[in-house]
Amino acid sequence: MFEHKTFSRAAAIAAIAGLAGLSPARAEDTVKIGLILPMTGGQASTGKQIENAIKLYIQQNGETVAGKKVEIIVKDDAAIPDKTKTAAQELIVNDKVNFIAGFGVTPAALAAAPLATQAKIPEIVMAAGTSIITERSPYIVRTSFTLAQSSTIIGDWAVQNGIKKVATLTSDYAPGNDALNFFKQNFTAGGGEVVEEVKVPLQNPDFAPFLQRMKDAKPDAIFVFVPAGQGGNFMKQYAERGLDKAGIKVIGPGDVTDDDLLNNMGDAVIGTVTAHLYSAAHPSQMNKDFVAAYKKAFNSRPGFMAVSGYDGIHLIYEALKKTGGDTDGTKLVEAMKGQKWESPRGPISIDPETRDIVQNIYIRRVARSKSDGELYNVEFQVFEAVKDLGKTKK
Amino acid sequence: MSASSDVGYHAQRQARWHYGEAVFWLVVLACGFLFPSRYLIMTDILRLALFAISLDLILGYAGIVSLGHAAFFGVGAYAAGLLALHGIINEPVLALIAAGLAAMVLGFATSFLVIRGVDLTRLMVTLGIALLLEALAERFSNITGGTDGLQGIEMQPILGEIPFDMFGKAGFFYSLAVLFVLFLLARRIVHSPFGLSLRAIKNNPLRAAAIGIPVNRRLVAIYTLAAFYAGIAGALFTQTTAIASLDVFAFDRSADLMLVLVIGGTGYLYGGLIGAVIFRMLQEVFSTITPQYWQFWIGLVLVVIVLVGRQRLHYGVLFLPNLLIKQIAGRKAVVTVPESDA
Amino acid sequence: MSIRIDPVSMTSILTNLFDGVAYGMLLFVIACGLAVTLGLMNFVNLAHGAFAMAGGYVCMLLVNQHGWPFFAALPLAFVSSAVIGIVLERTLYRHLYARSHLDQVLFTIGLAFMSVAAVDYIQGSSRVFINLPAALQGQFDVFGVGIGRYRLMIIVICGLLTIGLQMVLAKTRFGSRLRAAVDDPRAASGLGINVPQVFAFTFAFGCGLAGLGGALSAEILGLDPYFPLKFMIYFLIVVTVGGSSSITGPFLASLLLGIGDVAGKYYVPKMGPFVIYTMMIVILIWRPNGLFGRTAAR
Repeated sequence: MFEHKTFSRAAAIAAIAGLAGLSPARAEDTVKIGLILPMTGGQASTGKQIENAIKLYIQQNGETVAGKKVEIIVKDDAAIPDKTKTAAQELIVNDKVNFIAGFGVTPAALAAAPLATQAKIPEIVMAAGTSIITERSPYIVRTSFTLAQSSTIIGDWAVQNGIKKVATLTSDYAPGNDALNFFKQNFTAGGGEVVEEVKVPLQNPDFAPFLQRMKDAKPDAIFVFVPAGQGGNFMKQYAERGLDKAGIKVIGPGDVTDDDLLNNMGDAVIGTVTAHLYSAAHPSQMNKDFVAAYKKAFNSRPGFMAVSGYDGIHLIYEALKKTGGDTDGTKLVEAMKGQKWESPRGPISIDPETRDIVQNIYIRRVARSKSDGELYNVEFQVFEAVKDLGKTKK
Repeated sequence: MSASSDVGYHAQRQARWHYGEAVFWLVVLACGFLFPSRYLIMTDILRLALFAISLDLILGYAGIVSLGHAAFFGVGAYAAGLLALHGIINEPVLALIAAGLAAMVLGFATSFLVIRGVDLTRLMVTLGIALLLEALAERFSNITGGTDGLQGIEMQPILGEIPFDMFGKAGFFYSLAVLFVLFLLARRIVHSPFGLSLRAIKNNPLRAAAIGIPVNRRLVAIYTLAAFYAGIAGALFTQTTAIASLDVFAFDRSADLMLVLVIGGTGYLYGGLIGAVIFRMLQEVFSTITPQYWQFWIGLVLVVIVLVGRQRLHYGVLFLPNLLIKQIAGRKAVVTVPESDA
Repeated sequence: MSIRIDPVSMTSILTNLFDGVAYGMLLFVIACGLAVTLGLMNFVNLAHGAFAMAGGYVCMLLVNQHGWPFFAALPLAFVSSAVIGIVLERTLYRHLYARSHLDQVLFTIGLAFMSVAAVDYIQGSSRVFINLPAALQGQFDVFGVGIGRYRLMIIVICGLLTIGLQMVLAKTRFGSRLRAAVDDPRAASGLGINVPQVFAFTFAFGCGLAGLGGALSAEILGLDPYFPLKFMIYFLIVVTVGGSSSITGPFLASLLLGIGDVAGKYYVPKMGPFVIYTMMIVILIWRPNGLFGRTAAR
């Protein structure tokens, strides 16, 4: 009663062989970039923004760089670390990629780190924002942000602007904890007081009870960190619960007012003050062009994830130009260190010591634009060339 | 079926090793040498297959449905992870057994809750237990690493000799060995009088009780054993990937497992193995073609499988091999899939 | 341990109770169609959430893109889900009533996967919101208890629906036909009841309710392509805990789940999910057929 298994096994083998055949390896004239992103599941919008931005960049700048053709291989990890690891391993071992990039969440970026080290392949982190990531492998370079960058700054800003009592609501995972700790550290050092501290589970359908707790604690403001994508839900329920009417402001890193969703959040979000790396309303010509091109191609507004992806692929291009097309991983990472360029978000660079991003952090307030009637994060204060304070403090 | 006097004969005949089985395992082993670049996905399939055998033991042989089998997988995974992370048991094989035992304890404890009630209740109780464990693991993030998972696990060499390599070669053969040993054990068990008594319970619990089978005790025993298997599968997962994160408990894992087993067929042990191969290959093929929308095509395949009918599909798949077998080994040797359903 | 109840905590208890009831009502409206198919028709429909999602998206498109008033779009959400339901019932589902539960699980999970990917393809994976009229936004105070307008509306609509359903089932000719068809299909058809028709109609109605619930829940649960998979567990809990003998069971189970979830998150934020799962396991062990289950296992 068993022969048919050999049959289906044979079918499977044929399928495996077929798969292997899909990606012919001609290493000399192509550069392969393995893009591991959450394309399905709760974080899917992150993955799609990054993929879109990369497509856009390649469209604008051509498929060849330093005489080599760039080939992108996208893998879906649904933000689950073991899938990330398998995907990274497959990409490195079978597809012989020269870069791995993407990584929607911190655990995913960490899971791939040992592989990057072993295989000596640059790992470009385009989304995940926990401080420790770049310390896990000398081959990790980050083009997104760290939560320490924005959280410390909003902490200082809150103290200076008369906010004394704050309740915090953060998602219970590494970036959320980073955001909370760095905010608290600067906020309490400046004399502020945290009156209520709630960590919400990452998968969380209903904020109402947590918000009720916030309201009952009667703070001047709530410090919020929820991953991009949940911000909309949060703001809706914040308004529903009447916290805006009760004079409780929302402050935090900019994830909660992500440009991706901001315009649908309704008037309650107006006046929210966040510190972040990118606003679609950033008043540079480069950004205007970027936003226009992105909107034209994908019919939506780019958020900070899109910009991180855009800068990530730019960094890869620049590194390849610098090595003259040499794809040796160690040389590429060396070439990335200290790169400086003008991004849609403003001037940024890669710290040669930590391989982490150095960028301006803007304090922004949500307002309705007079020209197109949409909601935007309007920048009104700049902190220039902010390093990752998570590491500089040590 | 056959007259009652034939039951013993049939049971013995089924228990005998079929030469096709030997071929099957040889092919599996050969895969390990033929596709050196595909160790990772093959290891993944092996883990899934072992996990599916575990569910087959309770679903296919004892008729207990479960939507929360990931509970044991998860306990095994975290146990193996914690043992390695804190250096309590460094040798992987020993750690594997310890992790399996941890899951087994949980299986024994929860079996009393599960054997009560009808199918739907069982589905929900098992699901509830898995969700509860997931919530616990998230709550005690100081032990489990919470949503970030256990990071920084470093596996010691197997038996102190064979280190895990990046290409997953050691992991593959290690998993294959574990799967094979546990398969032999499962095969022995389901063909023993104990296994036959389980089938009697599955067919009709009342009748089984009437002829003197201690129904509840048998169910507890097989459920505990299945938990051990699932725990080992989980531990293999942690040991070969060096990661344990919350999703080891996830509902998706239990649901996928159910799909694997239903695709492969229940109640003959190989169903899990075949289902695992088909399911993973489908996933891999579709998600390579379209990383964004592969779920649609998987869904479509599932729908078509049901509409066409699993029996008819099995017949279709078997048609060609059976034709060959008839030529070579005569009519009697043809292959059929047992009509098994819950 | 003594508990002093001061006025402030009293009002927050009431606010939580209110929120919990609204949440529970919402779950009930979505899940009661499932209670009928699973409990009465004995069909495992794991794609039930997909009908809710369809209703939600239809409502969103009508309101946001075609400028329909919210209250005009709600009935359309019901109708569209019901139509999708009846089409699928006639073409696909009815072939599966007699099949094993495992086949049904396989089939309906397949449908759920397809719906997730299809909506993702058409509408994108971001969460969507429905533009609400100003009258439904914000909260007002009744003796210090914060009452959300939107939630109040949910309670009113769902409460009326529940009463209506109960009346239909208990008092009308169709209700008695349905109960007869469920109790003993063969005898019922012998009495001249068109059983397939009754089932089809009931199925479509359940889908319609789910669609309505989906439209209402966009504001509270959040609407995105993963809705069917994310909330499947909640719907199943409602149905199993409630039992299948009447709609009273699922109704009470929904309220219990809603209040338990909200109160759990408020009072023990870190232990939130435990409350409902533990509750479910305990109830199921205490009463394996649900709170209002039939005594005999079916």
